[in-house]
Amino acid sequence: MPHVRFTDNIQRHVECPPADAQGDTVRAVLEAYFTANPSARGYVLDDQRGLRKHMVIFVDGRQITDRIGLTDSVPPDGLVEVIQALSGG
Amino acid sequence: MSDRILVATRKGLFTITRNGKRWSLAQSSFLADNCSLVMHDPRDGTMFAGLGHGHFGCKLHRSRDGGATWQECATPAYPEKPDDYEEKPNPTTGNVTPWNTELIWEIQGGGPDEPGVFWCGTIPGGLFRSHDEGDSWQLVRSLWDDPRRPQWFGGGYDYAGIHSVCVDPRDSAHLLVGVSCGGVWRTTDGGESWECDSKGLRAEYLPAEQAYDPITQDPHLLVRCRSAPDHLWVQHHNGIFRSIDNAKTWQEITGVQPSTFGFAVAVHPADPNTAWFVPAIKDEQRIPVEAKVVVTRTRDGGETFEQLTNGLPQEHAYDLVFRHALDVDETGDRLVFGSTTGSLWVSQNQGDAWQCVSTHLPPIYCVRFVKA
Repeated sequence: MPHVRFTDNIQRHVECPPADAQGDTVRAVLEAYFTANPSARGYVLDDQRGLRKHMVIFVDGRQITDRIGLTDSVPPDGLVEVIQALSGG
Repeated sequence: MSDRILVATRKGLFTITRNGKRWSLAQSSFLADNCSLVMHDPRDGTMFAGLGHGHFGCKLHRSRDGGATWQECATPAYPEKPDDYEEKPNPTTGNVTPWNTELIWEIQGGGPDEPGVFWCGTIPGGLFRSHDEGDSWQLVRSLWDDPRRPQWFGGGYDYAGIHSVCVDPRDSAHLLVGVSCGGVWRTTDGGESWECDSKGLRAEYLPAEQAYDPITQDPHLLVRCRSAPDHLWVQHHNGIFRSIDNAKTWQEITGVQPSTFGFAVAVHPADPNTAWFVPAIKDEQRIPVEAKVVVTRTRDGGETFEQLTNGLPQEHAYDLVFRHALDVDETGDRLVFGSTTGSLWVSQNQGDAWQCVSTHLPPIYCVRFVKA
C-alpha cells in the first residue's frame, strides 16, 4: 500500500502523521488519507481541490506534473511526500 | 472604556492591556504566524482571528474565552467552480478571478437580532455568511454571480476584495459592503439582491468619463457612526468622502492638510461629525508627508481638520497605517493605531495626545479594542 509523508512544518498547524493510504493516483491516495484525517485537507488542497500554490508533491522522488487533477500514478508500494515549496516564503 | 486591545500582525496576534496609566503587551497568540485580521464581537464576546499561512492557505480561528485559547473553525471556502462557468478576464487586469480564498479581510457580526450570524469579506471578492458562529460559511451567490462583479479589480492586490461590512443597526437586513476596487454595495434584503448606487465617489485614477462610475471606486475603508447610522465616512484611494444619507450620495472633502490620501478612518460612535484619518503621500509613495506621523481629526463633519501630533514622531518616520489598523473605543475617547513598521500608539483623549506602546512589533495589519 502507498505510504504518505508530510513536511515537518505542517505539523505545527495540524497533525499529519505518516500513514499508509490506498490508491493508484495521487488524488486517490490523498483522498484516502484525508478521509481519515479531514482537518489536514485544507492545508494541502485549495478550494477547488487542486494542490495549493506553494506546495509540491513527490512520488518516489519525482515531482508530480498534474497539480490540479492530481492524476499522477502511484505504485502499490509508492512513497508520496507532501512538502512546501520555497516559493511560499 | 476599553482596557484591552487586540493587535494582528505579520508575526502573530498580540494583546495590549492597560495597567494604571500605562499600556503594555500582555499576551501573544499565533506567534510567528501571519495574522491578517482580528475581530471581537460585543454581542457575546466571540473573537475571530484570520491567519494567512503562506504555504498552507488561509485559516480562521475562534475564541470563546476572551482570547485565552483559540480553536480552528471553518475557513470560508469557495464552492467548486462549475465546468461550464464562463468568466471573462477582467477588462482592467486581464486576470480571471480564482475561486479560492486568498485573504480573509473582514469579519463583522450580524445585527443584534441575529445571534450567531457573521459576515466575512475575502480576496478575491467573495462575501460569506455564517449562521452558526463560524462553524460553516456560505458564499453569498447573489453578489458573487452578479454580472457586474467581474468588473471589480484589485487595488494593491491581484484581485478585488471586500474589506468593509457595515450592518445597519436599525435593520439587520440592510448592509453596506466596501470593495477595493468595486465601490460600495448595498443590500436591503439580507443579501438576496444588491445595488451599487452610490453617487459622488470619484476615481481620479480613471479617465474623466469613468471617474464617477460607482463600480470602479476604490474605497479603502467604509465606517458607519453607531448612533447616527445614516452617517458614514470613506477613506478612498483619492480622498475623503462623507455621506449623511446612508451611502446614497457622497460629498468629497478636499484640501485637508497634510494629505487626503490614506487607508484608515474611524468615526466617533456618538458624534457623526467627528472622524479621524492617518494621512500619507498618495499612490506610489505611501509614506508620511515630510516623514512626520500625523493623525487628522474633524469635529465638524469635514468643514475643518486639525493635525494631531502630540506624542507622534515628527522626523524620520516612515510608518504607514493600513485600513484596519485604526480603531476607536465605545466611548469615542480612546483611539489606537498601528503601523507597517511595528509602531503602536494609544490616545486617551480623542487624539489630543498619544502614548507610544511599542516601536518594534511586527508589521501591524489590524487593531481592535475589546469593546463592552
